[in-house]
Amino acid sequence: MIEWSQHLPVLQVVVPLMVAPLIVLFRNKHLAWLLATAVAFFSLYTSIELLSTVKESGPINYAIGNWPRHVGIVYHIDIANAYILTIVSAVSAFVFPYAFHSIQQEIVESKLHYFYAALVLCLTGLLGIVATGDAFNIFVFLEISSLSTYALVAMGDKPGKPPRASLAAYRYLIMGTIGGTFILLGIGFLYMMTGTLNMAELSEKLPPLSDTSTVRAAFAFITVGTSIKLALFPVHMWLPNIYTHAPNVVSAFLSSTATKVSYYVLLRAMYTLFGAALAAQALQLKVLIGPMALVAIFLGSFNAIKQQNVKKILAFSSVAQIGYMVLGLSMNNLDGLTGGLIHLFNHALMKGGLFMAVGCMFYRYQSVNLSDLKGVGKTMPYTSFAFVLGGLGMIGVPLTAGFVSKWYLVLGAFEADAWWLAVLILIASLMAVMYIFKVVEVAYFQEPEGDVTVSEAPLSMLVPTYALVFASIYFGIFTSPMLSAARSAAEMFLSNGGM
Amino acid sequence: MNSLLAATSTTAMSGEGVYNYGLVIFLMMTGLYLVLAKGNMIKSVIGLNIFQVSVIMFYVSMGRVEHGTAPILLDEDLPHHTDSHEDDHGEDDHGMLQTGSEVALASTDDTHSAGTHSPQNDTTQAMTTTESTVYSNPLPHVLMLTAIVVGVATTALALALVVRIREYYDTIEEDLVDAIESRLQKEEQAEVQS
Repeated sequence: MIEWSQHLPVLQVVVPLMVAPLIVLFRNKHLAWLLATAVAFFSLYTSIELLSTVKESGPINYAIGNWPRHVGIVYHIDIANAYILTIVSAVSAFVFPYAFHSIQQEIVESKLHYFYAALVLCLTGLLGIVATGDAFNIFVFLEISSLSTYALVAMGDKPGKPPRASLAAYRYLIMGTIGGTFILLGIGFLYMMTGTLNMAELSEKLPPLSDTSTVRAAFAFITVGTSIKLALFPVHMWLPNIYTHAPNVVSAFLSSTATKVSYYVLLRAMYTLFGAALAAQALQLKVLIGPMALVAIFLGSFNAIKQQNVKKILAFSSVAQIGYMVLGLSMNNLDGLTGGLIHLFNHALMKGGLFMAVGCMFYRYQSVNLSDLKGVGKTMPYTSFAFVLGGLGMIGVPLTAGFVSKWYLVLGAFEADAWWLAVLILIASLMAVMYIFKVVEVAYFQEPEGDVTVSEAPLSMLVPTYALVFASIYFGIFTSPMLSAARSAAEMFLSNGGM
Repeated sequence: MNSLLAATSTTAMSGEGVYNYGLVIFLMMTGLYLVLAKGNMIKSVIGLNIFQVSVIMFYVSMGRVEHGTAPILLDEDLPHHTDSHEDDHGEDDHGMLQTGSEVALASTDDTHSAGTHSPQNDTTQAMTTTESTVYSNPLPHVLMLTAIVVGVATTALALALVVRIREYYDTIEEDLVDAIESRLQKEEQAEVQS
């Protein structure tokens, strides 16, 4: 008999999938929260276990039902998957406990258990996308996570107020479904050419076929589809409204997981399926993807400066940060890709922490408009300080995690002989100073108006917020554990595509 | 059987059997046009649905083998069909699986020799020599069951959202919703400033 720990790759996905319907059946909000949190910690444990196993003894292939790879579905865990799995589950382990008080205020009590079920389903989908080694399975999990995301976002509406969350969810649904269907179509082309859906087998069979127009069309469809899901520059317009109008927990969760997983899918498609050579040649990484990433960085930062709504500031900043990650990818060298991957982790911590801090402010003020948050630094000192720490990371001040990722991106720029790129990265960091300081100014340098008896947010919200914010500082000082994982993931992608 | 398969692959490549792909492209463009060009939300949702259906059609056409039938094991295909049926009931299930996958794999231009890895290799060989039936590739069809479910769920969710949007704005035209939205936002800003 094999030990149960050998089934971790699949348990990681199956346990949340099973718990979600249980939550609906129990119809109890406390139990729902407890189960969701337990699931989040279970997947954190699983992914850390997987990460250490993979670091020691190389990739794991888990054939479901022991069917060989050309017949059944194989879950493939290597250093890149394990790294992303750890990020996704770590963020949910912090966000789910935070949800308890935060969401109680925003959603009708009778619907709370549906909320947690959708949250757990979304986690299932995200973990599944990362864990699977089967191309069609990616589409299935992508739709599981997307459908639950639409529902989660639409729950942000309050009765009697304009249904802006529903409107944002509707628009995201249209965009997201087009993206998902593009990916499905691309996978169909690949199946047509190779007769297999297994990603390892695809990566062996595709290189000799890479000159056929079918494979190129597949590449185009998959890249555009994932870019929509990733919210890369020309197709990013769904993202700001989603993050602004969703419940605070959902904003924190999505901003630090969903786009990261799409970035992973893009890397997998580019390096594993099609191979770095085709990706660099057909996509013209430097002339096509690179400029789009740069525009995303500057447009996102510029729009963030203009906003009056703190959540919208953070949402546009996310567009910019996605630009940084893709910029790292477009450099197509080790340092750049390492920078992109480590920024994925750091941004998850920082943006998660920032959205959670804003959620704490909302909990007391019932608003996230700058004009309503005057003097929040005096009324809610701890929350505001968490926001400042997260903001410093966003800017990339040394000793925060944000500095590490920018450092590697700049190194990558020099390695690619593009010193001007390094200058642009630094200029964009200055724009981050502007939009973060805008909030800090209102919080600390303006006197509170009206009701000054506002107290701090409950501990169940403050503790997870600080956990994420401190983590972002901890990993800025002690960089080695995650950095080594990111580096070996980048090496793997660049060397053989890693399957 | 080999000649049949060869015939299939050549027609699929060279024109006759390709008209349904043209239909797929037509449907796909119709769907995308509806999604992008129509301000009416219901029309957009239906366009999205057509778009998804075109991809489903694409997969189904891809798996079809000319003169192929559904992958169900017929009586005369059984390896020892002259024997009494009671004797090989135990083998029936395996037989069905093997024939299905063998032909299915062959039909995708046989890019892998999967069938030959199987322990029941000998029975498979015996069955293919009877060469009575050609099966369509069931895998893309099965995949599309999932895609259909996804499509239904997406459409239902989208319509539910449209219902909620209409309840408040009393319209499902995106332009009108946007107009109402910008007016509301102006009012809110004025409220903040006063």
